[in-house]
Amino acid sequence: MTDVHGAELAVTVIGPDRTGIVADVAEALARLGANLTDSTMTRLRGHFAMTLICTAQASATEVEAALLPLSADGQLLVTVRDVGPDEPPHNGGLPYLLSVHGADRLGIVAAVTRVVADAGGNVTDLSTRLVGPLYLLVAEVDLPEGVPGELTKRLAHVADELGVEVNLRPAGADVL
Amino acid sequence: MSIEGWDITALGTGRALPVVTAPEPVLSRVGEPVDPTDPQIVALAADLVATMAVSPGCVGLAAPQVGVSVQLFAVDVTGHPKAATLHGAFVLANAVIVEASRWRPGREGCMSVPDLTGDVKRAGRIVVTGELPGSGRKVTITTDAFEARALQHEIDHCNGLLFLDKVSGAHAIYQRKVYL
Ligand SMILES: [Zn+2]
Repeated sequence: MTDVHGAELAVTVIGPDRTGIVADVAEALARLGANLTDSTMTRLRGHFAMTLICTAQASATEVEAALLPLSADGQLLVTVRDVGPDEPPHNGGLPYLLSVHGADRLGIVAAVTRVVADAGGNVTDLSTRLVGPLYLLVAEVDLPEGVPGELTKRLAHVADELGVEVNLRPAGADVL
Repeated sequence: MSIEGWDITALGTGRALPVVTAPEPVLSRVGEPVDPTDPQIVALAADLVATMAVSPGCVGLAAPQVGVSVQLFAVDVTGHPKAATLHGAFVLANAVIVEASRWRPGREGCMSVPDLTGDVKRAGRIVVTGELPGSGRKVTITTDAFEARALQHEIDHCNGLLFLDKVSGAHAIYQRKVYL
């Protein structure tokens, strides 16, 4: 629900995974009348991480206070802050999917995303996983028209230096 | 390939109707079976074809998308780069998938969910039975690739299902910024 009902707040919650974290946080927000809009929640190794935007009449301080009991045992780290209602920038790009995998080493994400940024690409979603010796990065990237060909070459070069495999492909959807 | 006994011009000229978007409840209701020879259904078939024609990039449209909760949809994937087997533009009533195989993922959007796309597994080869509006003739259509995906998407609409109901993971939904 896009809304005129109150300010937008950004909430992050992270802590050791256990059952009921999402329900606890969502209930606390609902009791305050805070409407959870966009969110992403996932397990990162043993930790559960929530990043969400909610709209609320309550202030950031009030929402933080309401979530305080959740962090009382020192397990969950909760932050709340005001964010502007600004729309994300539209660069008019086309959606691509980027995957990188190989032996773990320092700086893979930095090197790869720098090449993307230098090409005018905008990362809209990104996940990384380290499983044993294998490192994996998957990103959704919006690229300006005409860029993918050149970017593919530059990524191949960086991948060579890092000793990883890289793959960039269109992620456009078919409207049915 | 053409469907035996099918003549789209026999439907007459339809009117382009407004397309409803989620969360409109009609999109989540199971459509009623129809009598394909009923003149009202034939007229609705013509309307679906007409609505599809004025919607850029539209390759399929089901009756619930124009607010009518019945088992009827139009499809036309002619010229689509991912299409293999083609049956042209046609409308099918009371369609049922009787065989499905070669499942593969793909990213879909929908006119009724304009701001999102999602990854959905669909069969790459299907056999569908249904009835042609007008004659009421029973047909069996065997198809693959993109036409198979489109048919599955439209048959889902007729059963009150959106691609959102079949998305392949919690992170397989994407904000759609690019319009055709
Ligand atoms: Zn649809």
